[in-house]
Amino acid sequence: MIWLDVLVQGILLGGLYALFAAGLSLVFGIMRLVNLAHGDLIVFAAFAILLITATLGLNPFLAALLAAPLMFAVGWALQRFVLNRVLGKDILPPLLVTFGLSVALQNGMLEVFSADSQRLSVGALESASINLGIVTVGTLPLLTFASAVAAIFLLNRIFYTTALGRAFRAVSDDPTTASLMGLNPKSVFAIATGLAMVIVTLAALYLGMRANFDPSIGPARLLYAFQAVIIGGLGSLWGTLAGGAIIGVAQTFGAQINPEWQILAGHIAFLVVLLIRPRGLFPRAVD
Amino acid sequence: MAFLSTHGLTAQYGQFKALFGVDLHVNPGECVAIIGANGAGKTTLMRSITGVLRNAPEMIRLGDTPIGALPADQILKRGIAMVPEGRKLFPSLSVEENLLIGGQVRKGSGRWSLDEIYGLFPILKERRHSPGTALSGGQQQMVAIGRALMSNPELLLCDEISLGLAPVVIRDIYAALPAIRATGAAVIVVEQDITRALSVADRVYCMMEGRVTLTAPAKEVTREAIHAAYFGAAA
Repeated sequence: MIWLDVLVQGILLGGLYALFAAGLSLVFGIMRLVNLAHGDLIVFAAFAILLITATLGLNPFLAALLAAPLMFAVGWALQRFVLNRVLGKDILPPLLVTFGLSVALQNGMLEVFSADSQRLSVGALESASINLGIVTVGTLPLLTFASAVAAIFLLNRIFYTTALGRAFRAVSDDPTTASLMGLNPKSVFAIATGLAMVIVTLAALYLGMRANFDPSIGPARLLYAFQAVIIGGLGSLWGTLAGGAIIGVAQTFGAQINPEWQILAGHIAFLVVLLIRPRGLFPRAVD
Repeated sequence: MAFLSTHGLTAQYGQFKALFGVDLHVNPGECVAIIGANGAGKTTLMRSITGVLRNAPEMIRLGDTPIGALPADQILKRGIAMVPEGRKLFPSLSVEENLLIGGQVRKGSGRWSLDEIYGLFPILKERRHSPGTALSGGQQQMVAIGRALMSNPELLLCDEISLGLAPVVIRDIYAALPAIRATGAAVIVVEQDITRALSVADRVYCMMEGRVTLTAPAKEVTREAIHAAYFGAAA
């Protein structure tokens, strides 16, 4: 039964990686922008939640609820005043700018919050578990996975059934024609990045409750997010969840064999998927 | 007063100058045809009017108001909608979503609604859940026209709406024009099919190499005058 247990833990861990990745996937799907500062923004959001928790004495869940609109504003402003200026046919400028942002964020956070490891404490919930008969699962990992499913479900609903989602798809297809329909692509992009930062806040909440974080761990979260997005197929949100689950399962199986293999096993799974399906598991028909 | 007018309108792509001082106007409710060979500057003119290409503010006026420097989304909000050359439907959107996105920014409570568009082009109702780009060329053109109408425009720009379509399909599409004009909207029709253009328009402009070479009421213009304006040759 231990392997079944490992499988379930791996899938639940995949929920966290899917949360890391969903914002990245959304932004890439709409504006073909790869945000290299995505991981650092997750850490930034975690510090924002920590700050609110410490200042107002709130539970991290409530603090995240307050941090989400703030992060939306951060994402909106980042897109509106920085990233929109570098978006264009050439993919290099946005990569350079977000790389620079990543370095600046890490050093800024180091300056303000120091290199000390931090954690969002939720007391008994951290070790609570639920017995499902054959396996016992942690309440927090289960909550993480459920939140990932809910977030991706909601994002998909927004994307495919609302006027905002229609605008997202139209500007993604053809920004010039979308502007002829009265849409301002730059405003639509700003809303998309704001929305991605709300998902980032959710990811930050579970990152901070699950393990320690410090200003330097952003790039590794970005790497997991990237792998989940690419395994799933660029721009497919449910694919991103599947991608997260695959990385999660590979990592837990690797760790089960030898704890040193955890991270490596995730990377190997990523390479294997790329070898077999270079465009990912669920590539979008129109790219 | 003219609904829309251009004054010495110029446009260029990098070093290449595409328009050299174009003056034209459209009166409220009027149908104006713009004809000319490939490369005459017709599409550049449409792109300038709709704000895809930015100009000096004074070069384009809506009534008295200079609008030349406004971006495309602001131009639409002022009642000017475009059916772009090549239809340009959004591939990720269904027929109905393509229509709805055209109406996302509506000017006033005009006539056009989804039902009105389906009344004008009944086939679109049957295909409303198909991806826009899965339709035939003629049906796609109907979606593109419907999408532009959904914003209840006071001026509709139709750029080469017959391009690449069979004559019988072109006839069906042009059959919708009277219903559109009945709402009081002005229409600019950019056409290479001169006979078709003259049959629907009140006035005609002919362009050649970025300049207007002829302006005349459609009913009075002679074949020789058009020949001279179109090809630059002596009639």
